[in-house]
Order: sequence, then structure tokens, then C-alpha cells
Amino acid sequence: MSTLKVTQTRVMKAEWTKLRTQPGALWSLLSAVILVIAFGILYSLLREARPPHGAAAAASFDPTAVSLSGVQLAQIATGVLGVLLITSEYATGLIRTTLAAVPRRLPVLWGKASVLVASVAALSVPAAIAVFLGGQTILGRQHLSVSLGDPGVTRAVLGSALYLAVAGLLGLGLGGLLRSTAGGIAALFGLLFAVPILVGFLPGSLSDTIGKYLPGAAGQAVTTVHVDAATSLSPWTGFAVFCAYAVVLLGLGAARMRRGDA
Amino acid sequence: MIEINELTKRYGATTAVSDLTFTVEPGTVTGFLGPNGAGKSTTMRMILGLDEPTSGSVTVNGRPPRAHTAPLHEAGGMLDPRSVLPSRSAYHHLLALAQTTGIRRARVDEVIDAVGLRSVANRPAGKFSLGMAQRLGIAAALLGDPATVVLDEPVNGLDVEGIRWMRGLLTELAAQGKTVFVSSHLMSEIAQTATHLIVIGQGRLIADTSVADFIASAAPSSVRVRSSDPSGLAVQLRSPDVTVSRADDGALLVTGLPAERIGAIAAASGIAVAELATVETSLEDAFVDLTNDAVEYRAPAFEKEN
Repeated sequence: MSTLKVTQTRVMKAEWTKLRTQPGALWSLLSAVILVIAFGILYSLLREARPPHGAAAAASFDPTAVSLSGVQLAQIATGVLGVLLITSEYATGLIRTTLAAVPRRLPVLWGKASVLVASVAALSVPAAIAVFLGGQTILGRQHLSVSLGDPGVTRAVLGSALYLAVAGLLGLGLGGLLRSTAGGIAALFGLLFAVPILVGFLPGSLSDTIGKYLPGAAGQAVTTVHVDAATSLSPWTGFAVFCAYAVVLLGLGAARMRRGDA
Repeated sequence: MIEINELTKRYGATTAVSDLTFTVEPGTVTGFLGPNGAGKSTTMRMILGLDEPTSGSVTVNGRPPRAHTAPLHEAGGMLDPRSVLPSRSAYHHLLALAQTTGIRRARVDEVIDAVGLRSVANRPAGKFSLGMAQRLGIAAALLGDPATVVLDEPVNGLDVEGIRWMRGLLTELAAQGKTVFVSSHLMSEIAQTATHLIVIGQGRLIADTSVADFIASAAPSSVRVRSSDPSGLAVQLRSPDVTVSRADDGALLVTGLPAERIGAIAAASGIAVAELATVETSLEDAFVDLTNDAVEYRAPAFEKEN
């Protein structure tokens, strides 16, 4: 064993040990996978039973979105996971033990971010592919399916997994900033669900212009095969905007963590 | 070695620690004593780099606590033994801590054995009794074989066997040349282990002394005398260094003279002595006397500040 010294890699290893031995975190991960798969399959079965009527409905029918509909719910699970990874330490006082061992402090936040993204991505990439394939098999019985080779489909499937990982980072940033589980989860819900509702009350054109820059809408552009330029950013621009929200929140969390009292 | 220089910590309008200066030397157990709320935990958090001083400085082994590259090897601390994720096992709690600094797994097992938690190492730490939680906290503090050990109220919650074990451990750590700094709000707990004392009250330094000097200086022992002529004896005993007071039952309480001298003076004056006994000042009394005095002396200064 090499000399005793705190390094980013070692802190990442420690954070991985913590994540895999924290039942609450494991439940959040499992919930995310179950929500992606179960909801996607259920909604695909529903649309198989009630296929679109008429040419207009058939043209706007998005089989990829149907099979990936569980991502909308799973983002709650990964976002809460992000909040929990840090607020559970503040709630118990464990953060003091952690930061006494890593007095530069920020490696702890980066370590948490790394294991969060890695674990969410490792589970949600296969989950998204599986539910896509399962959903298309169901919808195919009504000749409504698409394949991974169709334009934009693979990007939307993998983009869904990326979206879930970055939703986790939003939670981690909010948790680090607010240091409270309830506060962090409430802020996460506000950002992802309440703010879009409020913006929806604005006059139509204004609502569309602002709405597409909100975190949820911006991030979901990458999960959508056919984006509507009037109400949505292009897939990767949208994802970049979503990542920017996460970077800003993590940056604020980092600033609060680094300075002052633990 | 811990060096604290003109250390002050304010939280908003509250001053938790005010202008503290002292040094904790290696190779001895130093007790850190003060009533609850005196600022002991705040000082310890600053020693471990968790709270930022408002002014003044702290160094541990010559460097600011947050400048260490292997902090667990420099200063091991236990602040609150309940600071664990309740569902995580003691082993994994320690393993995650060890991994941050590259401490090997075998060392995790070593400290688990050293604190006697082997049989419960795989149980969730949240299910531990306070005594077991204290041992887990000690294990975490010792993990990096640190040169400086800082423990906040370590015997709190331990049973008699645990207290004995803790005293042995602290003495052994000091014998290994480590700096051992241990807080308590009970003098009796600390006096049997510590050889040096830092006493604070209301965030200010009251005493920085050896345990023996502290007890001697705080309140001298007195002699209780019951005699046929208390007033006459009081006159005979009168001298600048001697104070005489009268107890409720008519006995005299004499400080400044040993019992033999009092007996001799009484005999020379022809006063019959019915009872002659030395009353030792208890450690707790000495501590309370000193901290009370400090509070009284400080009161006007606080009024001025406000």
C-alpha cells in the first residue's frame, strides 16, 4: 500500500463504499429501475389496447416516448437519491467525520457526484434499452413500433439514461446547498414540476419561450425523438442547458461546503 | 501537539470561544475541562478543521488542520459518537473512512479488535448502545494511527469496565508519545487520567496547569475543630495566612494550618479538643469553585460588551 494521503480516487472509492452500504440509496436506485421498466411496459400495453385513431393522431404518435414514459417518474427517484447522498450526512452529523478526514472538503462532493452518475447510468442504460425493446415488442403487435436504427431513437433511449443521471446531480447540488433532506426534495420538486406549471400560466408565446429553458423541458429534449422547435430546444442544446443547471447548483453547493463551518 | 493562539469563535452575536491561547503537549493526557456550554466542543471542532476560527489560529502538529495531506494520520477525533448513518454497519463506516486516506483494510480490523467491537462489527451502527457507539467513535479516531487524538466526552455513556478501559487506553496512547486531548464536564473523570489540565468557562481560559497544582490552588483543604472554647481558640489561631470560620454546630473551620499545629496550639492554650479532622476539598468542589469565580470575574466585562 502506498503512503497515507487523501486523493480524489480514494475519496471516490470511499463514497462508493458508502453508497453501496446505504439502504436508502439502494432503494432509490431500485425504484428508478422499477419505475422506468414497469411504467414503460404498462403504458405500452395501454397504447396497444388503445392505438391512435385517425391520420393526425397516428402521425404524432411517438412509440419511443411511450416506452420511455417511466423516465418521468424515475427522475424523482434519482433526484431524491442525489439529495439523500449528502443530506443524510448532515442529518446524522456524519458529515463532520467525513470532512475531518477530507479537510479540503470538495473531493467529497465530487466523489459523491461520480458514484451517483456512475451508478445511475450503469442501471438506467440497460433499463432504458430493455423497456424500449419490450415496449416496441408490445406496440409492434399494432404495427406501431420503431427500432433503435431509426433516426434519433438510440439517442433518445440513451439520452433518457443521461437525463436520469443529471437529475440526480440536480438533487445532489440542492442537497449540498440546503443541507436538509426535506428542503432538498421540496426544492427538487419545485424546480422540476412546480416552476413549469407557473410558467404555463404566462401568455402563450412567452410561456413557450421561457418554458423550453426550464430544467425539465430542456433535459427532456434529448429523450425525445422528434422535437418541436417552437416548444423545445434541440436535443443536445437542451441537454447542455440541463447540465448547466446541475453545474450551477453543484457549484453553489460546493461554495457553501468549502467555506465556513461544516 | 496542538497550539492554539488567541482563538476566538463567534456564531452571530454569540461568542462561543474568546481569545483562547494554550498548547497541548505530546506524551501526556491533557484534560479539557469546563461546564456544559463553555466552548469545549467548539474548540475541538476548530482543532479538527471543521469550524473556521473567527480570529486567531489553531495548528496541529505544526500545521493548520485543513492543510494536512493525511489528516487521519495527524489528528484523530471523536466529537459525537452518534454521528453515524444508522443503517450502515460499523465495519463499513470505518472502511469508508479508511479508504479516503488509503488506510489498509487490515487496519480497520485492527481497530475494531482494539476497541472490542469484533462481535458487532457487521451490525448497523444505529442499533448500538451509547457505550458501543463511543467505542466505534474511538475506533474511527485511532484508524489513521494519529499523532494527535482529540476526544469529546469519551467516557460519557461507558459502564465501569468501559471507563477503566478508556483510562488505560488514554494512558497508553500518551505513553506512545501521542498528544491526547480529552474533554469532560466532570473533574473526577479527568483527574484520574490526565496529568495536565486546560480549564475554560464561558469560552475563556481559566486555568492551564498540572492536575496537582489545580487542585491545590483551587481551594485548600480545611481542618474542622470542635472544642470547649471555640472563640478562645479562634483568637489563638489568628494569623495573616489563616482563615477561621464557624460551622453551624459551633465547630471551627480552619484553613492555612495543618491539623497537628492546631492541636498543638489548643493544647498550649489549655483548650480541650473534642474533634480534629482534615476536610479534603473534592475535585468537583475545586472545579466548581474555580469556574464560579471565573464567571463572577467576567460578568462586568460581558455587560460592557453588550
